[in-house]
Amino acid sequence: MTTGLNEPANRVHEMPDFRPSARFWARLGYGAAAILFLAATGTLQGYELFLASSILSYAIAAMGLNVLMGYNGQISLGHGAFFAIGAYSAAICIDQFGMSFAFTPIVAGIVGMAAGWIIGKPALRLEGVYLALATFGLAIATPTILRSDLFAQWTGGVQGLFLLINPAPKWTGLDLDQSIYLTVVVYFLAFAYVTLRLVRGLNGYAWLATRDNPIAARAMGFDVTKAKTRAFVYSVLACSVGGALQAVAVQFVAPDSFPFFLSISLFTAVVVGGLCSPLLGPILGSAFIVLVPNVTEEVWQGGSWAVYGAVVILVMAIQPKGLAGMFAWLKFKVAGQSGS
Amino acid sequence: MTFFLEQLIIGLSSGGIYAIMALALVVIYKSTGHVNLAQGELAVFSTFIAWTLVQMGVPIWPAILLTMIVSFIGAVILERVVIRPFDEADDLVIVAVFVGLFLGIHSLAGAIWNYEVKPFPSAFSDGSVQIVSDLSIRAHTLGSLLTTCVVLAATWFFFRYTRLGLALRASADNHESSRLVGINVSFMLALGWGLAAAIGAIAGVMIAPVTFLDPSMGLAPLIFALAGALLGGITSPFGAALGGLIVGVLEAMISAYVPYGIEFRELIALLLILSVLLVKPAGLFGELVTRRV
Repeated sequence: MTTGLNEPANRVHEMPDFRPSARFWARLGYGAAAILFLAATGTLQGYELFLASSILSYAIAAMGLNVLMGYNGQISLGHGAFFAIGAYSAAICIDQFGMSFAFTPIVAGIVGMAAGWIIGKPALRLEGVYLALATFGLAIATPTILRSDLFAQWTGGVQGLFLLINPAPKWTGLDLDQSIYLTVVVYFLAFAYVTLRLVRGLNGYAWLATRDNPIAARAMGFDVTKAKTRAFVYSVLACSVGGALQAVAVQFVAPDSFPFFLSISLFTAVVVGGLCSPLLGPILGSAFIVLVPNVTEEVWQGGSWAVYGAVVILVMAIQPKGLAGMFAWLKFKVAGQSGS
Repeated sequence: MTFFLEQLIIGLSSGGIYAIMALALVVIYKSTGHVNLAQGELAVFSTFIAWTLVQMGVPIWPAILLTMIVSFIGAVILERVVIRPFDEADDLVIVAVFVGLFLGIHSLAGAIWNYEVKPFPSAFSDGSVQIVSDLSIRAHTLGSLLTTCVVLAATWFFFRYTRLGLALRASADNHESSRLVGINVSFMLALGWGLAAAIGAIAGVMIAPVTFLDPSMGLAPLIFALAGALLGGITSPFGAALGGLIVGVLEAMISAYVPYGIEFRELIALLLILSVLLVKPAGLFGELVTRRV
């Protein structure tokens, strides 16, 4: 396989460092980061908490999509559909059944996986650009389905649903924003842990092998179809949980919250953040897609589209591994000059 | 029966527009192997150019012609500057670049002409034409159907009977051999983009009077055109055009006869794309692209 660029965008070079000392420091780093995320509940306030919840719920979705696109090499332009399914599942659970918001992502995940299985079963037989085309269609079709009068009884039709969310019990001392943020962080940490375990374990090797050379992977005894399906279902799970948390954070769902643009945003988050960077990439990418519209929409309506477009093309041209890749490059430069 | 005939003609007319768009997709796919996700946005951008010209007082037909020329040049530049550097990159990078292009063109159109929905004048007279006693069709519907026929015939003639068309087909088939017989392949790739943009511009000005003009106008036609192109075979211009017509008629029939059909039109396109790719990936008239592994 030859490419004009020196290497595919999503090639993983470095294997994780398995020396005991390195593993210790890595674990310490992850632990510190986790505590930092949790501690932010107390220090951030109001709108900052909302932004942080948004970023982390998008990051969950991006983590899943990163597994699919980065590690497994399948291109999806339509994961906004699963984000919407998750959000609507959560909304319907709260609206119709009065469920506590903290548990809605679990229901959303189950519903999402079912939908993902139905769509993924045929779609996964497609490869490369063709999967991108099919999911592109999915992205365009989703808003019209949500808007339909047929399901209006459940989805609230064009008006959407307002979600009544109760804060955590009084004795915890958390207000509404804090309880939402804390819930998001807990789900985020769970997904971060599972994602790391998956990509660094046998599953990760199966995904990489399937992406790089399906025939050789099959010869090595990997079940290629199963590996692809797992990556797809995991990405759908992450997207629907992310969607549910996002709906909870906004406390409102409507067809216009899940436009075609959402799918493209998720794609942008993964590509800009960095393919095959399991944690840092999705966080940076989702911070990008949450924060950039905040700035650009004031300057010019639809300006975030332009920024996304330009940044995506630039990233592909300069550093196909995205922001995370740029960080790694900097780290390498700094370490390279002082160390060896 | 009258109702059925009316729907059939409306379907054929919008199908014709999808056919033109599908043709534009095929021209680019044949010459470069890329599916141009930004095709719809390109067409919308061209339509805005035509709209501006009309606002400036240029009569509609010269405006359309001028727009086609501008689109042609613009697309050639676009291919040279944005697409060419990624020529040999892998699928993911290509798709990402097209997504970037899509977003860029879309927001550029929004920035220049804003997001207000604008009426677009029809290139034909405003009235309707009485065909049988109680069946009358808007002149624009018939006119756009006629335009489709002309565009398809012209494209066919160009590819079949001109030296340039032959050179284009040759370089699409085999870059290396074409180079050996003296065809400037790099020029042909740019030419393919230019042609596709010019053809897409026609689709844009034909659909704008029906759906009105705003930057998001290109999304639905693109997915129907994509469905049409895949149905007919994305390697076959004739197949893609036929596929576009079939999709148009299907869309009109489902909107007219199936309850809630109008709301689920895009879903139909999605299902069509999925089923074609799964059952007959080459489409009705395409050839299967095999890849050596």
